[in-house]
Amino acid sequence: MYKIVDKKRLSDNVVQMVIEAPLIAKSIKPGQFIIIMVYEKGERIPLTVVTSDKEKGLITIVFQEVGKTTKLLGKKEIGEELYAVMGPNGNPFPIKYYGNIVLVAGGVGVAEVVPIAKALKEVGNYITTIVGARTKDLLFFTDVLGSISNKLYITTDDGTYGIKGLVTLPLKELLDNTHIDMVLAVGPTIMMRAVSDLTRGYNVKTYVSLNPIMIDGTGMCGGCRVTVDGKTKFVCVDGPEFDGHLVNFDELMMRQKTYIEQERLALKLLEEKNA
Amino acid sequence: MPRRTRVPMREQNPEDRIKNFDEVALGYSEDEALLEADRCLNCPKPRCIEGCPVGIDIPAFISLIKERKYREAYRKIKERDSLPAITGRVCPQENQCEKTCVLARTGEPVAIGRLERFVADYCVEDIQEIKKDPPNGKRIAVVGSGPAGLTVSADLAKLGYSVTLFEALHLPGGVLTYGIPDFRLPKDIIKREFDYVRALGVEFIPNVVVGKTILLDELLKDYGAVFIGSGAGAPVFLNVPGENLLGIYSANEFLSRINLMRAHRFPEYDTPLRIGKKVLVVGGGNVAMDSARVSRRLGADVTILYRRSREELPARLEEIKRAEEEGINFVFLATPLAFSGNNGWVDTVECQEMELGEPDESGRRSPIPKKGSTFTLKVDTVIIAIGNRPNPIIAKTTQGLEIGRHGEIIVDPITGKTSKVGVFAGGDIVSGSATVIEAMGAGRRSAMAMHKYLTTKVW
Repeated sequence: MYKIVDKKRLSDNVVQMVIEAPLIAKSIKPGQFIIIMVYEKGERIPLTVVTSDKEKGLITIVFQEVGKTTKLLGKKEIGEELYAVMGPNGNPFPIKYYGNIVLVAGGVGVAEVVPIAKALKEVGNYITTIVGARTKDLLFFTDVLGSISNKLYITTDDGTYGIKGLVTLPLKELLDNTHIDMVLAVGPTIMMRAVSDLTRGYNVKTYVSLNPIMIDGTGMCGGCRVTVDGKTKFVCVDGPEFDGHLVNFDELMMRQKTYIEQERLALKLLEEKNA
Repeated sequence: MPRRTRVPMREQNPEDRIKNFDEVALGYSEDEALLEADRCLNCPKPRCIEGCPVGIDIPAFISLIKERKYREAYRKIKERDSLPAITGRVCPQENQCEKTCVLARTGEPVAIGRLERFVADYCVEDIQEIKKDPPNGKRIAVVGSGPAGLTVSADLAKLGYSVTLFEALHLPGGVLTYGIPDFRLPKDIIKREFDYVRALGVEFIPNVVVGKTILLDELLKDYGAVFIGSGAGAPVFLNVPGENLLGIYSANEFLSRINLMRAHRFPEYDTPLRIGKKVLVVGGGNVAMDSARVSRRLGADVTILYRRSREELPARLEEIKRAEEEGINFVFLATPLAFSGNNGWVDTVECQEMELGEPDESGRRSPIPKKGSTFTLKVDTVIIAIGNRPNPIIAKTTQGLEIGRHGEIIVDPITGKTSKVGVFAGGDIVSGSATVIEAMGAGRRSAMAMHKYLTTKVW
């Protein structure tokens, strides 16, 4: 079960893997996510599925090697198996005709946005995509998104590629100069907050795809709770997409850091072991 | 006349056991079991059986113990109860079989649960001869591998059905695995009972969320009938300010991190847990006791905050006693009003004092706020253990399934039939948080009804 059938590196620390998971391949829809465990003693972490092949029973995941779990995952080779792959979890993104859409993606959000972009394009939306990265070497999938989108902007913080600056720079220009019906931001929480803060002033409907700490992914533990419009929601069953203007991002960012010390320790021990 | 008091069961000393996760209650030796079995009067009209949700022939199995026929005693229990090593440990016998024991009128009832556990543990080494009917070619899907799902699976497999058991998590057992700590129900006991279910030919498929990975309606195409035992996996929070501060867990999250993910063995296991010196557990049920006792084992100074008085604590008496022995403090008649913190981490709980008013629907005196009486507690960690609602996933993704006010699946109480033809349900998904044995009882009744449905084709 859950055999890795293909693997390639998209950038220094972003990896794409194709995994055998026939039931998930058959049922997953854009916006939903999976939970994996690399090995028996591993953590359960949520991950993004970029594409799925129903006939072959395969799913393609993209992840960034940041902590112990994703680094262990990155070390897995073709032919090896994962201990657990479960999903799809969460609700599909509401695919319909909105009109003029801006997709804003950063980090592995770039991968997550691909299936949503495709589906939104298929129903006739005009799609402008803004992809942001710290530097040129971290960019990936710009060709994929370029082929789906009607228009593509790329920003890098250091100006090594595309527009120098943050994703909010071209977004502001678009908001000032065009009519936008909907914005979807997927990526680091700080980016999604910045996008939501910006679009609020323009009163443009803005969705964000949240990525809190999770365990079971079925609404059982409540670890992924966020405050949306003053009410507690569970991202795993109520989300992962929410109205960005109503999300309490400060709380989310705080909660994402709950285990920062333990995460550092686990990573240090892993590096010592590998050294 | 039998002795008025039961044979005590050996336990780990409180000062030792708070340093480990090993089982607290050590079980009867053969001599102790024989001594206790001797207390049973073998009443001509036994009341104890009525008190058992699965109707075990209790006097019969105790008589077999008296004759030292332990294997036969084991088989006698297994006629009605597929998981005796588990129920012998976690059943609230004091409210069931032992409550109706005739000896309870004049002294202590026969320690039925301890005897059940003795028999189940004694027979562990024996590879049981598995008796089952020849395959009948009919397929059954069971959703959730907790006590209800395991019971349905075992019962129908024995009748010759081909049973597929789906589980959302990576391990079997449901609440037995993620909810109940090792010191009350060791994982190898769950494994042993699960292995028995597997040995009956049940196919186990983990990591499948029915309602997401496969829809219920899709299962109905491939299986003659479906049983939903997806449990009460949706934690209730207090809905007071500050509840999402760091350091505040639902009991489900806290216990899952330990029981399912083994966070107490971090960094050997990758899942972490942060727990401070002062832990406050809110609630008074078994889950609250479990959370408190786990916290104690992780070195914390633990207080349980309950809105009613000691008398109304819903936890088993045995668990309350053990919590007290382990040095857990209780604050009664109070409930949190708000949490506040520092740097995002909870450090203070503002509490409202309560007093008891008139009895409510549950028959217990209802707590009402005492005007103007509040106080604060300093804490590092808070665990909210005030109950669970039925898991919402199947209800949300299935058409034509009648759902109640709290998200519970509505069923016929005798058969477990839902509003959807071919679909049965039982356990906490129907009742909300209840006991392991009640879920097993519901599973047993549904299994019989499913058998009847598939035999007669009449809904």
